[in-house]
Amino acid sequence: MFERVIRWSRKKSPWILHLNSGACNACDIEVVAALTPRFDVERLGVLLKATPRHADVIVATGPVTRQLRDRIIRIYDQTPDPKFVIAVGACAMSGCVYRGAYNICGGLDQVIPVNIYIPGCPVRPDAILDGVVKLLNTL
Amino acid sequence: MKFQIPIGPQHPALKEPISIRLTVEGEVIKDADLRLGYNHRGVEKLAEEKSWIQNIYLCERICGICSHSHATCFVQGAEKLLEIEPPRRGVYLRYLVSELERIHSHLLWLGVAGHEAGFDTFFMYTWRDREVVMDLLEMISGNRVHYAINTLGGVRRDIDETLRGKILEGLAVLKARSEYYFKIGAAEPTFVARLAGVGPLTKQQAMDYCAVGPMARASGIDRDVRKNDPHDFYNEVEFDVATADSCDVLGRTIVRIKELFESYKICEQILQKLPDGPIAVKAPRRAKPGEVVSRYEAPRGENIHYIVANGSDKPERLKVRAPTLANYPATIEILKHGFIADVPLIFAAIDPCICCAERSVELVDARSGEERTLRFSDLRRMANDRARSLSLQRNVAWPL
Ligand code: SF4
Repeated sequence: MFERVIRWSRKKSPWILHLNSGACNACDIEVVAALTPRFDVERLGVLLKATPRHADVIVATGPVTRQLRDRIIRIYDQTPDPKFVIAVGACAMSGCVYRGAYNICGGLDQVIPVNIYIPGCPVRPDAILDGVVKLLNTL
Repeated sequence: MKFQIPIGPQHPALKEPISIRLTVEGEVIKDADLRLGYNHRGVEKLAEEKSWIQNIYLCERICGICSHSHATCFVQGAEKLLEIEPPRRGVYLRYLVSELERIHSHLLWLGVAGHEAGFDTFFMYTWRDREVVMDLLEMISGNRVHYAINTLGGVRRDIDETLRGKILEGLAVLKARSEYYFKIGAAEPTFVARLAGVGPLTKQQAMDYCAVGPMARASGIDRDVRKNDPHDFYNEVEFDVATADSCDVLGRTIVRIKELFESYKICEQILQKLPDGPIAVKAPRRAKPGEVVSRYEAPRGENIHYIVANGSDKPERLKVRAPTLANYPATIEILKHGFIADVPLIFAAIDPCICCAERSVELVDARSGEERTLRFSDLRRMANDRARSLSLQRNVAWPL
């Protein structure tokens, strides 16, 4: 019973943390656009949170620059369990055009475990919505 | 009693990773220091490994908000090196997308400014209207953000009569909405009071610290690449350079709203005068050895690309000077006498595009081969020292 309540609450209000790991900004803007009136993920209970300690889902963009690598791991550790990671954009999946540059690690899954990948360069806000819903359905 | 407050790199007030270190006494900021490099991806090095045409798409991905600016700036330069002249229609379409991008960027900024000032309704309003221009861009180019419309020697997609009508319709909607914002800006006392007087930057300071774009224009300097060193297209359309002289965040807001109207004007003129003909010419694969500096007025200010060709199908060197980088010294100066509570607002007012500005700040000492990443304070000190040692030239008036 208790388990079910927890699962229900998790499903109905995933709080997200937006993490930029060296992205080109376009994906980040699209993540923000997903929160604004046209798409409005807030109606699904999604709330943008400022600190990793409040978040359930890390929405991460970007190919992970060397400078940020340790910080991303730290942020991942700070997020309370159970946590989920959504890799947004071609960068976070594999590095996109930056693949082969000296300063990137080439994808988020090189550093932290990822639950859902959303492709696109940049991803469309609708795709982000779809990804969030798919993630919620796996719970 | 002095305290140091580190902000970032991951911080709610900042959308992108950058680290600011503030030294405060009570509420007042005494010193500020920026640490860059969190977003450094090595684009310039990567550009040396890609061909001319691939580089357009790489340049586009330097930044996601002014993606067309970087691509156009690169293409302008590359076309000079490749010695091709894009056809008129191609040029018109290219700058149509430029102006639409400026509109989208300024609307986005207005929203962010509203958000930082605690006016979230405004944020939601502007971002809702921004979707109109995003739709237009998507209809023209096929993508919402990285339009990929530029190619060497022109553009990749044409527009037809129906699309032209739709763009005009969209512009009319946007114009009506912007007039509404203009009134809000002029009549909403709390919003105005929050912005007025915050982050002062006098005209002299703006000149000394080489501020660019809306930052400079809000301090009364009418500097705009579109007027001062334009691509010949901009001589064919009529527009004014928007300036304000209140020298604060309010002024920067006003400048951007005025620029919205100028951009609508330019877009309408483009659509009226749109010449017939082809949209692109075929470009050769190799460029003759040479170098070129290309300037372009991005939404945030002057964008400079320096390109060297060595006769192969790849550039030998690409150097990008993004407007945000030029605005950092002025920002530090502004932050210095502000309050902690104003930091997000001041920082938002330069419309920072951190991923743009993350070019190398690494110096290699030629003798020892030792590398050091420069802290911003060092950079600034070096710049100041340099300015002082050039004391003879300090009183030279800006020749405009
Ligand atoms: S996936 Fe594309 S749009 Fe997204 S951050 Fe990477 S380069 Fe930018």
